[in-house]
Amino acid sequence: MQAVSPTRFPFTIHHSPFTAFHMSELSELYQQVILDHNKKPRNFRKLEGANHSAEGFNPLCGDHLTVYLSLEDDAVKEISFEGSGCAISKAAASMMTQAVKGKSKQLAEELFTDFHRMVTGEEYEGSSEDRLGNLKIFEGVREFPVRVKCATLPWHTMHAALNNEELVSTE
Amino acid sequence: MAAAEVTSFEESTQVRSRAFDVQNVRADFPVLHQTVNRKPLVYLDNGASSQVPQVVIDRGSLYLEEEHSNIHRGVHYLSQKATTAYEGAREKVKRFINARDAKECIFVRGATEGINLVMHGYGRKFIGPGDEIIISAMEHHANIVPWQMLCEEKGAILRVIPMNDAGELIQDEYDALLSENTKFVAFTHVSNALGTVNPVKRMVEQAHKYGVPVLIDGAQSAPHMLVDVQELDCDFYAFSGHKMFAPTGSGIIYGKAEVLETMNPFQGGGDMIKSVTFEKTTYAGLPNKFEAGTPAIASQIGLGAAIDYLNSIDRVKAEAHEAELLRYATERLSAIEGVRIIGTAREKISVLSFVIDDIHPHDIGTILDQEGIAVRAGHHCAQPVMQRFNVPATARASFAFYNTKEEVDVLARTVERVIEIFS
Repeated sequence: MQAVSPTRFPFTIHHSPFTAFHMSELSELYQQVILDHNKKPRNFRKLEGANHSAEGFNPLCGDHLTVYLSLEDDAVKEISFEGSGCAISKAAASMMTQAVKGKSKQLAEELFTDFHRMVTGEEYEGSSEDRLGNLKIFEGVREFPVRVKCATLPWHTMHAALNNEELVSTE
Repeated sequence: MAAAEVTSFEESTQVRSRAFDVQNVRADFPVLHQTVNRKPLVYLDNGASSQVPQVVIDRGSLYLEEEHSNIHRGVHYLSQKATTAYEGAREKVKRFINARDAKECIFVRGATEGINLVMHGYGRKFIGPGDEIIISAMEHHANIVPWQMLCEEKGAILRVIPMNDAGELIQDEYDALLSENTKFVAFTHVSNALGTVNPVKRMVEQAHKYGVPVLIDGAQSAPHMLVDVQELDCDFYAFSGHKMFAPTGSGIIYGKAEVLETMNPFQGGGDMIKSVTFEKTTYAGLPNKFEAGTPAIASQIGLGAAIDYLNSIDRVKAEAHEAELLRYATERLSAIEGVRIIGTAREKISVLSFVIDDIHPHDIGTILDQEGIAVRAGHHCAQPVMQRFNVPATARASFAFYNTKEEVDVLARTVERVIEIFS
């Protein structure tokens, strides 16, 4: 599915399911791209030959995922994840794998810092805005403080994997 | 307290009752009359914490404005006022659950503390290596973890009564678990995650055949049904005030006097002693033996006021109204394609847990919240129940007598919208 879903019938006006509810913040949170990644998460598998991995839990909501990394010369050669969680955590994990694949360990960590700042509503440097790229669609999460941990869990877990910690828990 | 004031359990619930009218009772709860995210609040998280009527708020304020003082130790006016109000609340609890004696009603922070009190006071004294403790598959963590801790400490063994796919405890399996090795049994009256009402009277009888004491977790039953601990014949019954229209920090562990007498104290400190020297301390009698330190006086007085409030409405009609809400909500949600109800026991009250295909309960909860609807989304502190039904979590609507069918309609419409958003 593409990010913008096509109008199914030529005679109907495409409308967002949100319109009737005037849920602008909600439509900000559940953007089509996020829903798409939730439905079809990318790099959603166990990574054979991974040399780093970590498990992440959110005991409050039961989100649980494992991030696998293949790190070569301090660069993320391959990354994947598996587990279960809400749409926000699943989409965040999916898009994270796309964002950090091929990046240096240092850049991956910097993206985590930027991402974390963005969803918690902290200031982040202007230059990093460009660096975050399409991850910026998670900006809406800041309006939902209880959901921030859903979006950051995959990142915390990746950070743990990069640093050889086996288990992280956000609460 | 004057004997004339002490009416029987049945009398006290009927004498002052007035006809049940949902709009009438809603008017008693200030918190319900607000908008959330620009929508009228639809409060369906009563299983976690129920709301507080104005009379309970007023009673707490009266204490703080005119009676605040420490209890049981002052000869002065205020201390006597506070003590009278606090002990008066205990009398109300006694009548509410029909205990034989008010001293059998120990004030605790909530059901969790009540269960821990029994684990420490009874379990650590009487449970030993190889002894078996039976709990059920549908327990809240509060009725699992303390017993696990005890088993670990004592080398005792935890046995679990399994449940069927409807979420009912399998009675034959329970009977088979009971043996000479069983030394304690603890189960919930009503499941907080499934709404199942367990046949507790029968289950108590079975355990008593082996002379085994039984604790009932009443956190989800006390607010919704008439409870008579003498009729149930349970040895312990725990409940929380904040789930029955009283403030947080209030709650009760009931215990039969003869069992409580044999137990070790829970916490040590002021108020729970007869005399203290560095060589030896002798403990106070019931209930003070189990109430070390200054309790949550205002909250417990509030619990007494909440009981007065419950006595002032027709609880039989309130129960019938809640049953109708649950029936209607089950019908509405079951009719939505993709919705699955978790917990379909024949005997069920107040709780409707559900999942939607491919949509995580947290996403459901967030979207419902945007429409002003408060539900619980998660594992409900009952992870083994989630594992049993092979779901990571559920969304849970839990009702009180002040909820309406119109609110159920709003819930059903919004659940349909959730599915639309994720389609």
